Amino acid sequence: MSELLSYDFMRIALAAAVVTGLAAPAIGTYIVQRRLALLGDGLGHVALTGVALGLLTHVTPTITAVIVAIIGAVVIELLRMYAKTSGDVALAMLFYGGIAGGVLLTNLAGESAATLNRYLFGAITTISMSDLVAVLVLGVVVIVAALGLSPQLFAVCQDEDHARVSGVPVRLYTLLVAVLAAITITVAMRTVGLLLVSALMVVPVAAAQQLTRSFRATHLVSMIVGVVAATGGVVASYEIDTQPGPTIVVLALGLFALAALARGVTALRGR
Amino acid sequence: MTPPLLARGVEVDLAGGPVVKGIDLTVGTGEFVTLLGANGSGKSTLVRALVGLIPARGTIELFGTPLTRFRERWRLGYVPQRPGSAAGVPATVREIVTSGRLSHRPVMGFASRSDRVAVTEAIEHVRLTAKADQPITELSGGQQQRAYIARALVANPQLLVMDEPTAGVDAESAEVLAGLIGHLVSDHGMAVLLVAHELGPMRPLVDRAVVVDAGRVAYEGRVEDIPSDHPHDHPHSGAPERIRPVQEEGPLG
Repeated sequence: MSELLSYDFMRIALAAAVVTGLAAPAIGTYIVQRRLALLGDGLGHVALTGVALGLLTHVTPTITAVIVAIIGAVVIELLRMYAKTSGDVALAMLFYGGIAGGVLLTNLAGESAATLNRYLFGAITTISMSDLVAVLVLGVVVIVAALGLSPQLFAVCQDEDHARVSGVPVRLYTLLVAVLAAITITVAMRTVGLLLVSALMVVPVAAAQQLTRSFRATHLVSMIVGVVAATGGVVASYEIDTQPGPTIVVLALGLFALAALARGVTALRGR
Repeated sequence: MTPPLLARGVEVDLAGGPVVKGIDLTVGTGEFVTLLGANGSGKSTLVRALVGLIPARGTIELFGTPLTRFRERWRLGYVPQRPGSAAGVPATVREIVTSGRLSHRPVMGFASRSDRVAVTEAIEHVRLTAKADQPITELSGGQQQRAYIARALVANPQLLVMDEPTAGVDAESAEVLAGLIGHLVSDHGMAVLLVAHELGPMRPLVDRAVVVDAGRVAYEGRVEDIPSDHPHDHPHSGAPERIRPVQEEGPLG
């Protein structure tokens, strides 16, 4: 472990993993509560177009990815609100448009598929100090908003009609959840990768649900599971020489399996 | 005295067609009014328009303020027809009831002591204290409905609008609700607008019944005087027979 921490890139990667592990389930809990578990996937594909736009225009891909992902988040919510389009159809359009735009713009930029690969599945050795600063700032914004606005976000995601009658600006908060999800995707882009970022928003929540009985406990335990999976995955990917994204997700799924097993054993003992 | 709810000439279109066709309705302070009608008669659509969930034409005032400018949201309690118990992350009864205090709280900040006391009392009122920290998904349908009514009552509203709160609810829960609502109306002057198929134990509490048929008021008056062929006596019999309006001319309400 001390050898691992002697490398600058690993210290940076672990710091990014901690923020990613906290931020993704922090906003992911609301997304799961709204039954929009695939929202992160759709926005991840849109962010790919943002990355490719950065490659084409020689602007830092993190900046273009966050801008394009936020635009995608706003578009999907507006489609759901005004275009009489169901959530899954709007998400499907994001999937197709995002991946097509990403590959098209990457081709136009003269870049290879290998370049996109580090954004799709994460690449810890490529995280620079400036990337880390962006990840820290954006990650803290997501965590503070997700925890600080918890009463409002809970009310809106639990029962939109009741929240609206109570005077809560429902459209503003549903839009905020989507925008925070878009920011989280950019935060997680270099560690987990765009294709698997949604897993870190959903799997820790599913694992926490095996062990908890309240929304608040689920929220907090999912953040702990997220940090363990993200940091453990980064370390494991270094040790066994694998890409970080798949390693983190497999570890998160392993934690889910353990939690489900623990729940099953507890239920059997209770009989 | 300004009535908690005043509606005049309310019209609602859904899917390109008129569903509510010029309804007048008033609910006075301490008055218990029930909206009755067959499935598809427009009563739930009317109620959703009255609380601002769907756009409507006509005049709707809450406590003398036009609905679009009404800001004192704590004065209005609402129990939707199918509350969000299907949320992906189950919440406890206490968490759900606490969300009903939002209209009393600042945007950022923790729940105050008065918030916590109000939540505990609301849960006590619906007799769910023993289940306060259980996930709502582990409760029976009737108990869940009691939790959602506690959420509507925790802000101490002066007008309570309920959309079929006792549909599919067990007899014990219906009795608990009737006792609680009766107490709030008689002792605290709360106004109630109840959409119902069957009144059950709520029946003695009702001051006035309004029967909606095909988007219009077909009858308004005492529950006891509703024609016997009204669908609330036959809740699943389909479209009601024609009901002779008590008032043939002029605005009802």
